[in-house]
Amino acid sequence: MDDHACARLRATPAFQELERTRGRLGWTLTALILVIYFGFVLLVAFAPSLMSTRVIGTVTLGFPLGLGVILSAILLTGVYVLRANSRFDSLTRQIVAGPR
Amino acid sequence: MRRALLTVSVVLAPIIARAAEPPAVPAPPATDTTAIIMFAGFVLLTLGITVWAARRTRTASDFYAAGGSITGFQNGVAISGDFMSAASFLGISAMVYAAGFDGLLYSIGFLVGWPIIMFLMAERLRNLGKYSMADVTAYRLQAVPVRSLSAVSSLVVVAFYLIAQMVGAGQLIQLLFGLPYGTAVLIVGALMILYVTFGGMIATTWVQIIKAVLLLLGATYIAFAALAHFGFSLDAMFDAAVQASPKKAAILSPGLQFKNPVSIVSLGIALMFGTAGLPHILMRFFTVSDAKEARKSVFWATSLIGYFYILTFIIGFAAISMVGQDAAYRITPGNSNMVAIFLADAVGGSVLKGFVSAVAFATILAVVSGLTLAGATAVSHDIYASVIMRGRTAEGREVVVSRIATIALGVLAIGLGLAFQKQNVAYMVGLAFAVAASANFPVLILNMYWRGFNTGGAVLGGWLGLVSAVALTVLSPGIWVKVAGFHAAIFPYDNPALFSMPLGFLGCWLGSILTRHSASARVEAARFEGLYVRSQTGIGAEGASAH
Repeated sequence: MDDHACARLRATPAFQELERTRGRLGWTLTALILVIYFGFVLLVAFAPSLMSTRVIGTVTLGFPLGLGVILSAILLTGVYVLRANSRFDSLTRQIVAGPR
Repeated sequence: MRRALLTVSVVLAPIIARAAEPPAVPAPPATDTTAIIMFAGFVLLTLGITVWAARRTRTASDFYAAGGSITGFQNGVAISGDFMSAASFLGISAMVYAAGFDGLLYSIGFLVGWPIIMFLMAERLRNLGKYSMADVTAYRLQAVPVRSLSAVSSLVVVAFYLIAQMVGAGQLIQLLFGLPYGTAVLIVGALMILYVTFGGMIATTWVQIIKAVLLLLGATYIAFAALAHFGFSLDAMFDAAVQASPKKAAILSPGLQFKNPVSIVSLGIALMFGTAGLPHILMRFFTVSDAKEARKSVFWATSLIGYFYILTFIIGFAAISMVGQDAAYRITPGNSNMVAIFLADAVGGSVLKGFVSAVAFATILAVVSGLTLAGATAVSHDIYASVIMRGRTAEGREVVVSRIATIALGVLAIGLGLAFQKQNVAYMVGLAFAVAASANFPVLILNMYWRGFNTGGAVLGGWLGLVSAVALTVLSPGIWVKVAGFHAAIFPYDNPALFSMPLGFLGCWLGSILTRHSASARVEAARFEGLYVRSQTGIGAEGASAH
């Protein structure tokens, strides 16, 4: 694709909506997983006694939090796929079909 | 013998506490017939698949990328298979067994790289790439320097990963099957050469899928049988573990394994961002038809890997009380990687034990095949076709070079496996992740997102990340003290990524700024437009349906 065609595509409303919504979703979810993961890692590194608090019988706080990190990783990727399948793909099809 | 056994725990589970000297290590088990028969069945099936794949492998695209014919779900299972290595199945369950809570840190770290790949990279990789990860950077940067860099860092990652897998394979198979170390290494090397040389990416992917399904089934059965033993009460399982463990309630708290907070954070960084720079993983994104399938791959991979790590945790924790005190197993630091196998025996008898042992062997084969294919691609597609022949070569010739490179890498892997038999290779997987996070990840991500990034930045940042990750690892306690025998480490932390990854990014920025006025840098900035549109829309993407 030449530069002219590129510039024309980038100017279309569909392209701009795609880059805006995908950028926002991607970076928001990235920030979330970074906060969740490094929050957990920092707690383990610097607050081990907090992580050793018993919460359910013998089970200490660290375990449900660790499980929570695993489940949130799966959940957040699921959110991205759902959103991308419904919105990004239809926008991409519009862009590829070209302005009519 | 004792030393070899001691090293197993080190290879497969770098962080298992090594007691000073193991007490009497039981003799290696007699040849396990059930396991060998099941493994032979796996080998026959996968060789059949290789024959089938070889017939379908005609073009370079077939060889490197399975012709883009893998579906998102299949690719997700294959990716999860790359992560369900023997090291993570046996090693992490053993780590949980030995260190309780701290065993969780590795599994969580291995998983959280995937959301990052999903949100920032997967779709763009598919839209921009072709066969190797260097295709993505060479799209707008100068081919020769960036492909040289990428090929070298890929080969470094692949080599360290391969050594760890081969040495682990030899020792594990010695324990599981009663086969001599050298024989085991030769079998793994020879089968891997057959799969990759003849069946390329198609065979490599299907071997990985079959193994992943078998391993998931086996691990699910063991974990549920163990949970049933405790009446599906986590509380009961934890109680029993605390009662049975020599470390008592300490297994419920951080600190048995990781003592230094900076090392914990540094390891966390290496695991998270290293995943996004592993050549054999990134290559899998080129095997699906489009960005949508790439997304699905990541979702399935994340779900399956997450589920698998929950299973390995249950297996390791249940083993503390279920096999830890059983005189029949006599767990020592030398055979502590076997706790998952022992638990299989405890809940399912010799048939399940044989099945799980056979799958553990299969898993090593599948993982080394993927690594070797990634290494061969770096040699043929990046070094041979682009750097040496400057792009003037026929596709068929490139594939021939790739097959020769596969054989050479396979022979090299066997040689390294034999040479490193008695060495402490615990640091190698960690080093592979640190190099991937420090040299590959910064270059890949900046290339996709920063218009001002250029060849000067890629070269300075990539080499700086690579060299600093390797150098800091050499100076760390893992090599400087444990391997080289010096008294104190120069670099005090076990993983370099906390320092080497920022150095990689700094080099990328500095190199780009210093060369930004050069003519080529201006061209590269202008080419960002085309890259950006293609990465967003997939227009012009390799193997995409006609638009």
